[in-house]
Amino acid sequence: MTEIEHYAAPVTLDEAVECLQQVGEVTILAGGTDLMPQQRSGRLKPQRTLMNIRGMTELRGVSQSGGEIHIGALTTITELLEDPLVREHLPALIEACDHFASDQIRNAATIGGNICNASPAGDTLVPLLALDAQVELVSKPDGALFRRSMPIAEFFVGPGKTRRAPVELLAGVSIPVPPKDHFGRFFKFGTRPALDISTISIGLCGVLEGGVLSKVRVAFGAVAATPVRAFRTEAALEGRALTAATIAAAAAAARDEVTPIDDVRATAWYRKELIHNMTKRILDHVAQA
Amino acid sequence: MSLKHDIDFTLNGVRTRATVRVDMSALELLRDTLGLTGTKYGCGEGECGACTILVDGVSMNSCLMFAVDCHGRRLVTIEGLAADQAGKRAEALSAAFVEHGAVQCGFCTPGMMVQASHLLDKHPHADSEAIKRGIEGNICRCTGYKKIVDAIASVTD
Repeated sequence: MTEIEHYAAPVTLDEAVECLQQVGEVTILAGGTDLMPQQRSGRLKPQRTLMNIRGMTELRGVSQSGGEIHIGALTTITELLEDPLVREHLPALIEACDHFASDQIRNAATIGGNICNASPAGDTLVPLLALDAQVELVSKPDGALFRRSMPIAEFFVGPGKTRRAPVELLAGVSIPVPPKDHFGRFFKFGTRPALDISTISIGLCGVLEGGVLSKVRVAFGAVAATPVRAFRTEAALEGRALTAATIAAAAAAARDEVTPIDDVRATAWYRKELIHNMTKRILDHVAQA
Repeated sequence: MSLKHDIDFTLNGVRTRATVRVDMSALELLRDTLGLTGTKYGCGEGECGACTILVDGVSMNSCLMFAVDCHGRRLVTIEGLAADQAGKRAEALSAAFVEHGAVQCGFCTPGMMVQASHLLDKHPHADSEAIKRGIEGNICRCTGYKKIVDAIASVTD
């Protein structure tokens, strides 16, 4: 086991990325709710430097500018739940935050931590995919801050693996302000309401205007090595009237396009059935709303 | 020998300094270094809530918090709850737990009390559904929860 040799607690973005650039092998601590159990169980090997970024107030909070909602990486799940911008514009994210772990964990856990932990079942990831979120990464390669962003769908590589380079820090996510008549839903199946890792989860966003669907985004959690967009399910919905036939076709497309595995939480067969039935249920609710 | 770091924080209203291992939890700091054993170690993974404390006024699982992250923060444990701002309510809460028989083996009680106190701070008029949601991160294996929910409900405004 690697011993931690250095502890850093930067308070500015500049200090944090400077540390990443200089030191290289860094474990980043934000809320700690995933890091602590992963380190305890040996699932995650500690790096030589532990960098606690929780004191970086500039990465905390929600703001709106240029048609986008920006969420700082250190915003806690509780802060998202209570934020007026998120409550007004991002109902799918609110539902996911509401079903996130427990009050104690929501008070500590950050959205950036949830994203970088890159669990296939991560609760906020599925709505973020369905909301076309972009992740913002910051580094300091040659003495100046360098920012790049990418669609969150491209960020996840596998369980616990992302495209974040070791010298980069996730600064936050940006989400286009959804248009009028936007709807957003999130559904998570677990064996109990609180503190459960999803057996499957579904994020479904779009615009329903005059009974016709557009800008449809569907994402699923816990059916692949990363949370995934469901392009064939989206195609079965895009531009169509939200009728019983459309709903049946979309639910069938959803079942056909996911490729889950058997594990301790459910069999692949059961996950496919859940994806079918719950996609149908969500669309039925949207149609009835 | 793991790296150590000096921290300075407020514990139950008292400024406290400690030297902690950087990989240790706030729960270990409280129980093993400082000897405050009211906060319980249950699962060590944030599932059971027995280790719930208040950090800067909000409830957290101390088993998931790094001790180094206590630096500069205000911690309140079950030992300090009665002396905290919500003292009156904490006293009422503890009397209500006794009156309603909400304590059996007692192991979950400190975490349950701290979480209930936080819940009532935020939602003084919480109904029993809101109370059930509020304590969903706290496991009790004795009571079946009804007596705990009744006890908390009896001290809402």
